[in-house]
Amino acid sequence: MTTNTERPLIRIRDLRKVYRFGSVDVPALRGVSMDVQAGEFVALLGPSGSGKSTLFHIVGGMLAPTGGSVEIDGVRLESLSDAQRTELRKSKVGFVFQRFNLLPTLTAEENIRIAQHIAGRAGKDEGHFEELVRILGIRHRMRHKPSTLSGGEQQRVAIARALVNRPPILLADEPTGNLDSENSLVVLEVLKTLNRDFGQTVMMITHNPDAAQECAARVLHMRDGRISEPRRD
Amino acid sequence: MVHRLVLRNLLHRPLRTLLTILAVAVEVTMIVLMVGVSEGLLTESLRRTRGVGADILIRPQISSAAIGGADISARLPSMLQDRYPLITQAMGATVFTPGNLQTITGVDWDQLDAMSGGVVLFEGRPYEAPFEAVVDEVYARQEEITVGQAVELMGRDFDVVGICETGKMSRVFIPLETMSDLQGWQGRFSQVYIKVAEGSDIRALIDELRELIPNRSVDSVEDFLALTATSVRQMSSQFVNIIISIAVSIGFIVVMLAMYTAVLERTREIGILKAIGASKLMIGSILMRETLILSVAGIACGYGLSVVGRELVSIRYPLIPVIFVPEWLAGAAVLTVIGSALGAGYPAWKAASADPCETLSYE
Repeated sequence: MTTNTERPLIRIRDLRKVYRFGSVDVPALRGVSMDVQAGEFVALLGPSGSGKSTLFHIVGGMLAPTGGSVEIDGVRLESLSDAQRTELRKSKVGFVFQRFNLLPTLTAEENIRIAQHIAGRAGKDEGHFEELVRILGIRHRMRHKPSTLSGGEQQRVAIARALVNRPPILLADEPTGNLDSENSLVVLEVLKTLNRDFGQTVMMITHNPDAAQECAARVLHMRDGRISEPRRD
Repeated sequence: MVHRLVLRNLLHRPLRTLLTILAVAVEVTMIVLMVGVSEGLLTESLRRTRGVGADILIRPQISSAAIGGADISARLPSMLQDRYPLITQAMGATVFTPGNLQTITGVDWDQLDAMSGGVVLFEGRPYEAPFEAVVDEVYARQEEITVGQAVELMGRDFDVVGICETGKMSRVFIPLETMSDLQGWQGRFSQVYIKVAEGSDIRALIDELRELIPNRSVDSVEDFLALTATSVRQMSSQFVNIIISIAVSIGFIVVMLAMYTAVLERTREIGILKAIGASKLMIGSILMRETLILSVAGIACGYGLSVVGRELVSIRYPLIPVIFVPEWLAGAAVLTVIGSALGAGYPAWKAASADPCETLSYE
């Protein structure tokens, strides 16, 4: 993983985002500042509408901020063009979503491979692919379409897809939100393993305080577009 | 990998894919058959004129391919033969066009037989009585006529006494005198065919004839055929272009609708691809590749449908020949691909420019 020990992997300063609906401005982020070090597991807790997802989308390069600055692995996001943010999503960030978001027409393996293809890494790093599939326990499900996989399996395939290109950051948005408790534990355990054993930086959004406490080294609380109670456990 | 995604996307909605291919196929079939009918009618008409076996054709000046009326003196053929020894045969004919794209020709059967090198009669005999007729095999098949049957021509019943080969002047022949009596064209011909001795200088003779009868069109049969082909193609091209425009528009609309529906249906998937780093170009190209596959499949089916269509036309309407024009087989394919690509353009642009956050939250 490409990291710089002298500066945080994610550096956010006074981040603001305002959505405009007609003539009405709705602030979603009201000056968020935070750092995430390489290899950290940070959980972001907060109620709906607190700005967690907006922060997630900005850090993931899917949304442009209104103000402030975000630096990912030394790259300033606010000055990036749409095409440059697309490049960032290929190389710096892996996404895991609450609804798994696998392509329904492709098999599990193809869902992972297409991320490699998009990043221009098709056929490369086969060892990493095999290792991920092994760690996530989905080798035997590779030829199955998402509709024939359990929720937990789908989420593990999604995690493999997110990490197959070795991004420095894994962004997980409610990764257990659509899972039963058994599968939730499996997925959280996988995320913990990836962080603990492989040094994967993880930023996870969750509604579940227990999950946050269980996995994350640091839990941040968001409310009304601000980080309200930053604390180190 | 993207090819696989494209194919899976198409197979995911087989009915929509099938209907789109069918619509594109209909577009191709319309173009190929319309051009084919136009070319077939022209070619068949030219073949019949060439089948007369003449070297020079004399017509009224305003006349072209579809000739009706008669204002050439019936004395002209014998006068020309007397004047120019190189003319081995001069034959007049009268032509009546009833309005169904077919013509009835009044001609002396023996003269036609001699000039054309022999008209093969498959059944029956040449006409001998005033109200007897000979029809060609295609006309007989279309109208389900057999020898001995009566047909109504120009408001009168004629007994069909013979069925001849196709490609010799006309499809329906009646005695010259009968046509003249019925139409009041006594002493006049619609056109005069001239055959000259082998090795004669046809150009020089044509120049002389043009001076002799300046109020008539005098052309070699080959020039006449070329002229007719050009002018008929020009005339028919307007109609054919309208049909082609309609066909391409149908393809454009169907492809646009299919792709637009696909984009709406796959909004979330487009968001997923964007989230994992797919560029606008890639998203757009997925849609365009799907369109290209639909177009190619539609073109292939269209060619197949065209063959089926040609066979059906030849069975149901033998008088309408369909000739596939290679240039237009390719032209139909190119127009279809262009029309489809334009139809997919907006959906592809919409997909490519979609906001990843909005598309991911699409329900």
